[in-house]
Amino acid sequence: MKDSSSKDFVDISALRASLKGNAGERFWRGLEELGKTSRYRELAGREFAPGVVTRSGKGMSRRNLLKLMAASAAVSGMTACVKMPLEKIVPYVHPPVEFQPGRPLFYATAMPLAGAGIGLLVESHLGRPTKIEGNPDHPASLGATDTLSQASIYGLYDPDRSQVVLREGQLSNWSEVLGVLADLRSAYAANKGEGLRLLTETVTSPTLGDQIGRFLAEFPAAQWHQYEPVSRDSAREGARLAFGEYVNTYYRFDRADVILSLDADFQCFGAGTVRYARDFANKRRITGPQSTMNRLYLVETMPSGTGTLADHRLALPPHQIEAFTRAVATALGIKLNVAAPPSLPSVSSDWIAALVRDLQNHRGSAIVIAGDQQPATVHALAHAMNDALGSVGQTVIYTDPIEAGPANQIQSLRELVSDIHSGQVETLLILGGNPVYDAPADLAFSEALLKVKTRAHWSLYDDETSYLCQWQIPAAHYLESWSDVRAYDGTATVIQPLIAPLYGGKTLHELMSALLGEEQRTPHQAVRDYWKKQNLSKDVERFWEAALERGVIPGTTFPPKSVKLNTAVNLPAPSAQPPGAIEISFQPDTNVWDGRFANNPWLQEVPRPITKLTWDNAAMISPATAERLGFTREEVVKITINGRSQNFPILIVPGHADSSMTLPLGYGRTRAGRVGNGPGFNAYTLRTSEQMWVAFAPPPKPTGKRYHLVTTQYFQTIEQHHELLELESVNAFKRDLIRVATLEEFRKNPDFAADPPSETTEAPSLYPPYNYKEGYQWGMSIDLNSCVGCNACVVACYSENNIATVGKEQVDDGRIMQWIRVDSYFHGDLDRPEIYNEPLPCMMCENAPCEYVCPVGATVHSPGGLNLMIYNRCVGTRYCSNNCPYKVRRFNFYLYSDWTTPSLYGLRNPDVTVRSRGVMEKCTYCIQRIEEAKIKAQLGNRKIRDGEIQTACQQVCPTRAIVFGNINDPDSQVTKVKAQSRQYGLLRELNTRPRTTYLARLRNPNPEIEEHGSR
Amino acid sequence: MDPAEPGKNAAIAEPVLAPGHSFGSVTDKISAIVLTRGTGKKWMGGFAVAIALLLMLNFAITVLFARGVGIWGINIPVGWGFAIVNFVWWIGIGHAGTLISAFLLLMRQQWRSSVNRFAEAMTIFAVACAGMFPLLHMGRPWLFYWMFPYPDTMTLWPQFRSPLVWDVFAVSTYATVSVLFWFVGLIPDLATLRDRATTKVKQVVYGILSMGWRGSAKHWKRYETASLLLAGLATPLVVSVHTVVSFDFTVAIEPGWHSTIFPPYFVAGAIYSGFAMVLCLAIPLRKYYGLEDFVTLRHLDTMAKIMLATGLIVAYSYLMETFMAFYSGNPFDRFMIMNRMFGPYALAYWILIAANLVIPQLLWFSKVRRNMLSLFLVSLSVQTGMWLERFVIIITSLQRDFVPSSWGMYYPTRWDWMTFLGSIGLFFTLFYLFIRFLPMISIHEMRELVHKKEEEQAA
Repeated sequence: MKDSSSKDFVDISALRASLKGNAGERFWRGLEELGKTSRYRELAGREFAPGVVTRSGKGMSRRNLLKLMAASAAVSGMTACVKMPLEKIVPYVHPPVEFQPGRPLFYATAMPLAGAGIGLLVESHLGRPTKIEGNPDHPASLGATDTLSQASIYGLYDPDRSQVVLREGQLSNWSEVLGVLADLRSAYAANKGEGLRLLTETVTSPTLGDQIGRFLAEFPAAQWHQYEPVSRDSAREGARLAFGEYVNTYYRFDRADVILSLDADFQCFGAGTVRYARDFANKRRITGPQSTMNRLYLVETMPSGTGTLADHRLALPPHQIEAFTRAVATALGIKLNVAAPPSLPSVSSDWIAALVRDLQNHRGSAIVIAGDQQPATVHALAHAMNDALGSVGQTVIYTDPIEAGPANQIQSLRELVSDIHSGQVETLLILGGNPVYDAPADLAFSEALLKVKTRAHWSLYDDETSYLCQWQIPAAHYLESWSDVRAYDGTATVIQPLIAPLYGGKTLHELMSALLGEEQRTPHQAVRDYWKKQNLSKDVERFWEAALERGVIPGTTFPPKSVKLNTAVNLPAPSAQPPGAIEISFQPDTNVWDGRFANNPWLQEVPRPITKLTWDNAAMISPATAERLGFTREEVVKITINGRSQNFPILIVPGHADSSMTLPLGYGRTRAGRVGNGPGFNAYTLRTSEQMWVAFAPPPKPTGKRYHLVTTQYFQTIEQHHELLELESVNAFKRDLIRVATLEEFRKNPDFAADPPSETTEAPSLYPPYNYKEGYQWGMSIDLNSCVGCNACVVACYSENNIATVGKEQVDDGRIMQWIRVDSYFHGDLDRPEIYNEPLPCMMCENAPCEYVCPVGATVHSPGGLNLMIYNRCVGTRYCSNNCPYKVRRFNFYLYSDWTTPSLYGLRNPDVTVRSRGVMEKCTYCIQRIEEAKIKAQLGNRKIRDGEIQTACQQVCPTRAIVFGNINDPDSQVTKVKAQSRQYGLLRELNTRPRTTYLARLRNPNPEIEEHGSR
Repeated sequence: MDPAEPGKNAAIAEPVLAPGHSFGSVTDKISAIVLTRGTGKKWMGGFAVAIALLLMLNFAITVLFARGVGIWGINIPVGWGFAIVNFVWWIGIGHAGTLISAFLLLMRQQWRSSVNRFAEAMTIFAVACAGMFPLLHMGRPWLFYWMFPYPDTMTLWPQFRSPLVWDVFAVSTYATVSVLFWFVGLIPDLATLRDRATTKVKQVVYGILSMGWRGSAKHWKRYETASLLLAGLATPLVVSVHTVVSFDFTVAIEPGWHSTIFPPYFVAGAIYSGFAMVLCLAIPLRKYYGLEDFVTLRHLDTMAKIMLATGLIVAYSYLMETFMAFYSGNPFDRFMIMNRMFGPYALAYWILIAANLVIPQLLWFSKVRRNMLSLFLVSLSVQTGMWLERFVIIITSLQRDFVPSSWGMYYPTRWDWMTFLGSIGLFFTLFYLFIRFLPMISIHEMRELVHKKEEEQAA
């Protein structure tokens, strides 16, 4: 399949046929010419055949050498003569009053991912973007970002990105591409594009949609296919089932009091997730006993970030989620056209009745949300339930689709493949995506692809798909591109470039312009002209600049659309689980998504939520299922679905649904780059177009092999797994590291989490005390009631503080460098545990145990109460880390920072030292941001305002769980938050007097439901 | 146990010097090892092994400096591994030498004369091995001098609250005093060697080293005063050095480290392991060099008794540590002890208990004490036990401390082992050179013994 000879494919029988007609009349130079293979075209395109050029024999004559030297000297002076394009990008010069970013410039832009955009502000130091923040003015961001967009900046500087146009693996250039595209235009002018196909990912760029639309208008016989492995097909089809048309749904969690999530990890993934997480968290921000709290019921297979916050969480295998949905829908009075009695052995009817009562008691303020991986039926039922609960228009808003061309993508791909097989496809332009790697296995996309005569692939990496195409066109990263994108609610943002393409990458707009015969039109013009045409404002110039500056194009948010529920929904019968089968659930990986971030070492290394797995994926099953099947952690099993097999190592995850198995997608890449090649196992090899998300499989077979999985918690070996997992969590609770109560308990005893006075008063000391009463005193509070454990803070910290990644082996050795980590603990029953997240940065102890043990005074206390490292004083005794009770210090056991890859220089934050070998490092509360604000305040002869400094973890947090500020200021937000009765410190009995404190977790269970494993 | 008290038991009746020796025979016998007996094959064999281990150490250190401490098994949470275990172990071993040479000198224990020279040498070599490790374990060892209070242009000082700085002073003082004491004691013997030198080179070298010693009464008077003063200086070091080393742990807040019992416990443990090492060295030495006349059963018996006594103190400490973990009501301490006994390193703990507490109880029996093989084996067991003790204290305390999410494991790598075994190579290389080129038993003190014995007999 990946045999390189297939690229020079010569179909001999076809040749013979073509020669038959005009035998003797035509001379041919070889099979290649007749077959017009790309190899031939490449040779013919050259002026001289290979070998002809070296006219003067071996060396070069003295005369020629001198000529060349003179000429190059003359020409070298002309490098400054390149005319730079006049394309104004506009900095974020008028930020809102309270928002004061630092000295560097911030530009508003947006990142498209999985069919929606999120608005960003990107920090740019002297023209190079270094850090991604959320755009506070953008409805999908509100100033925060999700994990993937936070990490996406690494992709810009990735040294493994495709850097030149490749033709048959040989260096080529953009003008050749332009030539080929022009040729295509003229070649297809006659037959209106018959045989020409475009394959894109989900298109949410209005400009690109417009360009494709115009192209299809010009070439009506050409076809546009869309495919994305993690698509929202079932959401789209669900909407069509319910309403007979594609609509976009978004939710108003700020108005919701009761939420039922059907396998929707809405706080971590999908369109609008950051906004949802914020709105959800706002509804459970407890300030005192009188505060109210929303209630989340959640049904899911694999424990998710959102699941950790659920007040009632049910772990069900996928097909039972559908049955559960049917049961709830029936109870809500929705008439189903299929009279299949829902069989739900694991959920009591009382439970469902209580849930339904709760939902019905909150008419207009309830949400039923279905996950993107749920079948269309579940989506349709969710729409029906929302309709029945009066949520439509209140908490659930329908609009026009945000995609430029909503389609059933898997159907679209299927058509493309069958058209290829029937010989209808001559030219295939794959504009993004990596279908050779991620298309469903039953479609055998790579085999089909090789049958296409002309194949081109536009992508960031020279990847699996590029390898099978004649042309690889390097894509511009979104931070290098002019484009636009719609957010979850339709709001459009102009994507403005932060930097000229580092490697000469091209945007899709340039490609489409060339296809449209407008190659002189730059992407800037394309985007600008599109929005000019929309007539949104009279003063186009000002409108455009305002849109660039704000990061939002005003007036583009879609108005709510009224839809009519199709009451006569014909639902397909629910699938029944074959006896003894294991249900396989495919999921996008929390870190590498569908595989596109596989070459991003931050995302590879940051431990996944809950499992804490790094650098790999695994087959995740529940402890009970592992016991039943006799599998242990790290045991490699062979999973077979419909005759296709793939090996996977087992990872036991408490809280996973029984009789099912979760396989994250995105691993087992072969051409991802130096980082992404190798780790993990490819779940796409098991995925079929009929069963994109769920498949039944016979119980996996043990292979007798083992594969080492590295997790940053639960380091123990497999045999001890159960006991020690419990040991860790049991001790975490014994030690009061996690404090939790129900809302009822909290109302009765608001001080349930408080530390005893003996721990909060200052203990006598031989050493003179620091004066903590003057000046700025920095402190932090982390609300465990909001944290979903999404890892955005961890990635933000990597990015802001130039933290090195160390690789799987070093993580295994216990040397991960994360300055803030998210700890996870399980509580209660092993089969139905509650899961708690606890982000842990430095506690900034006022009596810091690390400081007094350092022999050289390399870790010291600042007057502001910060516990700081002086890297160039550190000699690396590691005593401080030994004596840190929270173990937040990180040591450079080797030279972990990459000092040699030039492209990564640009990535670094210039305000933070890049650490060398042999020094300790740790969280600083982003001292560089504090100092910058101090300087600014001093210049303005004023005090630092509250909220002026945001630490990187705080700024990025979608739920605003982290609050930072001056605890000496009685009016600061952090002081107020810390005054809450839920406040507690970790290990205060050690007299460390931590500055980072926590707000205890509250749960709001339905009193009608008796929970297993509750306290 | 007071060996000076006569007539109490059989050991006392035994002489500290076999009968029949004169000034001449003592001098002949000891100096011959250095001057005339030449390099034996067994010496060469042993030395070759030691040198091989030393070369391995050099290799391991080269790689260490080139790549960083990451080649070891240390991590977060276990920031200290073999390097610190070895450091504490070697420092402890050194203690017996100082105790014998200084403390027993002040106590006027005559039996010390025949063992003090090589015990002191052992101290110095052990301190050399120990002193190497804190330097090696640093992340940036080329900056080791930052630990010293030197005049820095930026007026930076060490951080005096850190026990590691105290360590620097304690160990460097210890090394200095030990070397001085040893060298001063050597001067009269070096002069003897100079006078009896068989070659010109030896004569010149020993001549320079003996610093013009002529053996005049004035020299002897000054010598005695200097010895006494140095003994007075060194004696507190026996107690203080390991006390300070124990501060490395007690001053920290880690459960399993933060304990007031550590200073006496560490000192006792140091002497315990030190005497085990002296016995391990003395038993083969007296056999191969035929020194049974000088290092008699009486010496071995006495040292075995000291070992038993200090071993009992160590045993008491273990018991108290366990008891206090429960009695104090501190949940972290309680968890730590349970983790030590039944956690992933339980095997190390129970071997430690067996090697350090159970097996040494054999020393109650005089048959065991007087059988060279059994005494040697018990000493080896104590050495192992004491090494494991440090391993258990350092690793199991760090491995699972306060926040369970950060629990980890420590697995020594081959580089850890190479450095550890290499340090043994360094020790024995030095020791082999010592027994080849310097009198391993103090000649002049033996002559003094002969003289005293003659006086006793005359009286």
